Amino acid sequence: MTNVNDDRFVVFDRVQKSYDGRNLVVKDLNLEIAKGEFLTMLGPSGSGKTTCLMMLAGFETATHGDILLDGQPINNIPPYKRGIGMVFQNYALFPHMTVAENLAFPLEVRRMGKSDRESKVARALDMVQMDEFANRRPAQLSGGQQQRIALARALVFEPELVLMDEPLGALDKQLREHMQYEIKHLHDRLGVTVVYVTHDQSEALTMSDRVAVFDDGRIQQLASPEELYERPENSFVAQFIGENNRLMGTVDRLDGGSSLVTLDSGEQSSALAVNCGEAGARTLLSIRPERVRIGDQASENVTKAKVLELIYLGDHIRCRMQVHGDDQFIAKIPNSPESQRVHIGQELNIGWAAKDCRALDVG
Amino acid sequence: MKLSKSLLVGGVVSLFAATAVLAQDLTIVSWGGAYSASQQKAYHDPYMAKNPDVNIINDESSAEAVAKLRAMNEAGNVTWDLVDVVASDALRLCDEGLAMEVDHDKVLAKAPDGTDASDDFGDLIVSECFIPQIVYSTTVGYRTDAVGDNPPTDICALFDTKTFPGKRALEKRPINNMEWALLCDGVAKDDVYDVLETPAGQERALAKLDTIKDDVIWWSAGADTPQLLADGEVVMGSTYNGRLFSLIEEQDQPVAMLWDAQVFDLDGWIIPAGLPEDRKKAVMDYLYFATDTQRLADQAKYISYGPARASSAPLVGKHAELGIEMAPHMPTDPKNAQNTFLYNYEFWADYRDDIDAKFQAWLVRN
Amino acid sequence: MNESDANAIPLAADGRPLEQSLQRALRRQKLRALMLIAPLLAFVMLTFIAPIADMLYRSVDNRIVSETLPRTVAALSSWDEAQAELPDRDVFDALYFDLFFAAEYKIHTRLGSRLNYQQTGVSSLFRKTGRRVDRFDTDEITEQFIALNPQWENPEFWVSLSRDKQFAQQLPTTASVWQDWLKLLAHDEKSVAEEQPEDLLYYALYLDLSQIEAGQQSPGFDWWAGTTAAVKNFTPVDMVAQFEKTDEDWLSMDVWGVLKRFSPTVTEGYFLNALDMQKTAEGIQSQPESLQIYKILFVRTMVMSLVIMGSCILLAYPVAYLLSNLPMRKANLILILVLLPFWTSLLVRTSAWKVLLQQQGVINDLLVWIGLVDDANRLVMMNNQFGTIIAMTHILLPFMILPMYSVMRTIPPSYVRAAKSLGATNWTAFWRVYFPQSVPGIGAGSILVFIMSIGYYITPAIVGGTQGIFISNRIAYHISSSLNWGLASALGAILLILVLVLYWLYDKYVGIDNLKLG
Repeated sequence: MTNVNDDRFVVFDRVQKSYDGRNLVVKDLNLEIAKGEFLTMLGPSGSGKTTCLMMLAGFETATHGDILLDGQPINNIPPYKRGIGMVFQNYALFPHMTVAENLAFPLEVRRMGKSDRESKVARALDMVQMDEFANRRPAQLSGGQQQRIALARALVFEPELVLMDEPLGALDKQLREHMQYEIKHLHDRLGVTVVYVTHDQSEALTMSDRVAVFDDGRIQQLASPEELYERPENSFVAQFIGENNRLMGTVDRLDGGSSLVTLDSGEQSSALAVNCGEAGARTLLSIRPERVRIGDQASENVTKAKVLELIYLGDHIRCRMQVHGDDQFIAKIPNSPESQRVHIGQELNIGWAAKDCRALDVG
Repeated sequence: MKLSKSLLVGGVVSLFAATAVLAQDLTIVSWGGAYSASQQKAYHDPYMAKNPDVNIINDESSAEAVAKLRAMNEAGNVTWDLVDVVASDALRLCDEGLAMEVDHDKVLAKAPDGTDASDDFGDLIVSECFIPQIVYSTTVGYRTDAVGDNPPTDICALFDTKTFPGKRALEKRPINNMEWALLCDGVAKDDVYDVLETPAGQERALAKLDTIKDDVIWWSAGADTPQLLADGEVVMGSTYNGRLFSLIEEQDQPVAMLWDAQVFDLDGWIIPAGLPEDRKKAVMDYLYFATDTQRLADQAKYISYGPARASSAPLVGKHAELGIEMAPHMPTDPKNAQNTFLYNYEFWADYRDDIDAKFQAWLVRN
Repeated sequence: MNESDANAIPLAADGRPLEQSLQRALRRQKLRALMLIAPLLAFVMLTFIAPIADMLYRSVDNRIVSETLPRTVAALSSWDEAQAELPDRDVFDALYFDLFFAAEYKIHTRLGSRLNYQQTGVSSLFRKTGRRVDRFDTDEITEQFIALNPQWENPEFWVSLSRDKQFAQQLPTTASVWQDWLKLLAHDEKSVAEEQPEDLLYYALYLDLSQIEAGQQSPGFDWWAGTTAAVKNFTPVDMVAQFEKTDEDWLSMDVWGVLKRFSPTVTEGYFLNALDMQKTAEGIQSQPESLQIYKILFVRTMVMSLVIMGSCILLAYPVAYLLSNLPMRKANLILILVLLPFWTSLLVRTSAWKVLLQQQGVINDLLVWIGLVDDANRLVMMNNQFGTIIAMTHILLPFMILPMYSVMRTIPPSYVRAAKSLGATNWTAFWRVYFPQSVPGIGAGSILVFIMSIGYYITPAIVGGTQGIFISNRIAYHISSSLNWGLASALGAILLILVLVLYWLYDKYVGIDNLKLG
């Protein structure tokens, strides 16, 4: 196996999917997933991410284009021959079988001997720390326990690729965060390739090597979590991942990588030209709340602001203010001794660095 | 105020009471179909024309009359006023105390020549509770197109599957079938019941029926055989003569009747036991009218069953719609009645349970 | 916390035991719940439980014999059938009194019909004897009493005699007959002072007086000594001969044996009959083979119902599967088609099958026309078991489809997907994962279809011929035709027991919690 193949373990090549023959749910999808990678498909519901996963699993067929697994086109291979492990949204543990029987199922259909089967099941249960539950029925387990069993079942036959379809969606917040780490650690330990579907951006950022942000049947941006957050390429990604302040304006002039934008309030701001048109085009400036500088620290793009609301959040204070006529402008003030204290109604100067302000498409 | 209110209430109550007296409902139970229609035209309509205050309600429950009367009696609420049943059921209802005994001479009209009712009906009064109405017969009809130039002439054609191949329709009960089987097994007509009394005789009858068991379709509703004959499902079958009459004369099917060894049976009225006096009086009035000589003769205009009064026979006229003489189609017509049986009520009252059990067990076994 | 605290009864805030206050709080809720279900409970009790209890009671009820013939039953208690001797004269005397009153009330024939189920001929024997019993030759005794003393003709004299304290003690038979006589007169709304005493009263008096020993103490009646002496010289009436003259069957051991065997108020006779057995002089025996029918029918009913259930499963499963995988709108449309047969009457549907299946019917015509079947050898598809199975499968199919559908609808597609992703082929995924989860639907449908099927009788009667009829047909026959409601109830009770046993077996091997109707 060559390195090229390792980088291109799963390939979507110009894949399209339509259910009704009129609308495309997936539009011209191109995606390469490397071996051992943890890739997350993130997007709102209806964005086409689950359809992509189902096509990869073999439960849906691509209307056009090829899907390759380890260099082999798999369009015509039935799901049970693909050897892909899958974890479903509601776990899909077989209710009429015990936990051990559930785990043995994939081994049984592969005609594995009884002793091999038992040892593998035991190891898989051990892996998710569920040894004592072998003889329980799924209905007798809590949600988190079922989740672990579902995970173990998808891994027990040692597939090279595991698909997860919103596997943590049904858990409460605390358990969900806990399981995120567990899945992440399992992935690190086993080195399997994981394709993970979720609509929860924090989950995506926590776990993934790379995240593909889906919207409207297309991948809007494919990048590492850091990249996505720090450098969103369009307004959809900027908005979908994390919080951001949005200021509308018109491009005055472009100067290499930077631009000067006249805001609708008449003032000007310099910004990184990421995805804006030529001079004269409308643009949307995106500034992360934690990059807003307050008071004395404001040196670039300084403007007047009026504090409207303060919310104390422990590690930081969320400060809503009026900036350039926008009432929803948010700044996060870190709860540290150096931070400036503000109070409601106070008028002060704020500003941001040009590199923290991205001129994007209007969306 | 109080006084006027009670006066008002009293007035309304007496008004209702008055209308209740005016409209007398009479629930008469019969068989439905053409038979009820003949009663409607011959009895009910003229009676209601004469007594506009009487309203006759028809109930078509005669087939389940015995069981229903028993249930009503047990519940203590008999809603029927007069019930049309076959004579054997009348006997049974009388035995069970569910039918009222009547003095025929007292409650029924004399014949026009002054003969007492009991003499006019004669032997047909087979039970103290039974007021006979018609004589009908169970006989065999056959398809004329299936028997060729050589139509059957006697009852034993039923058992002759060589000469007359094809299915036969017989009633799913021992009565009539057992008698016919013994007759065709060489038992003299007068000895039939003596033989049938013995277990050996019963075995013998069943053995005879065994010879055609595979060729028989067993019917339980009177309409079955005419339908089977019309569809060509059977080549011959037993049923009531009135059904065959309408199949032949009204529906013009290629079917003819074999009157040989026809079994006469009687159908008539019973009055449920325990009616309150006012209802009993109303029923008696109707009964006096509906069983007189002319009314019984009138019924024969609509259906080919013989009137139960001797005095009615000469008055039988033409069919109301077809216009044909009805007398030759009566089971009692001398030409048809050359060889007849009269249903033996006493015998079957005793032996019905036993022979029926044997018959049904025989049917169920292969 | 120390040990005694742990064992103490927990108390509520007001100091009462906690358990008690909880119960008080719950009582109101329970009461309200009870009120809410009360109408339904009353309805079910009245229309379901009560009739079933009534049926169970009828299957053993035999009060009619001892109520109609109380004296005879008492007199027969000392008679032993095995001795092969006719009962004593006093039994005939008792029967005379009993039958006289039964005939007056016109209930003797009802008893005759009832005993005719056990012994052929009893029906007409009772009818005939009932007509004759008031014309027995006991009038000879009457005449001799009147000849002895004309006061015996006077009803007033009887009335005053009956008022004497000594009457019941000295003349027990006469007193008991007199009581019944009073009841009869009251029933007929007649006055005892005006009604001529019937012959049986004189006969009872004669029986009593002829028992009196010559020297016995007089109870104080002025006529006592003379009459008791005179009675000894009366020309007797032979009661046995009177009955024999009416019908010589009264000398038959069979008749008396049946009376004796069926004199208790509760009988197992109907149940024995329902199992092809009978009570004979020698104890419980099988019916002769020529009368055995119910066991065959029970077995056939069970077997055919199972076959019908099986064919319903086979036909319904794919339909329910298809339905559950269609979008709701389309599924509802097809569901309406499935339910369409319910909108026509059962009789019409069954008759339609008749038109299709008979030898000159549509299917045969079609087969002959195609040339698959020779005109002379048309297929026999009805009036046999095949006809019953086909028609009943059609009629009961919706009862299988509906519970299956409602269960399958709730099985998420992700289970089968999961199985496939784990490496199972389509068949394995279906058989190992989908099918086990649809079993509750099959179970519910099967129980529904099976229980409905064993109770059907209209359809088997129309298309079943002789080989396709069920036990229910015989139950219907005994209810509506032979009026042997006791036997019908016993057959029904056995059917009920069979169903309960099957239900128990189902619960034991499949588990009733594995049953889902939706």
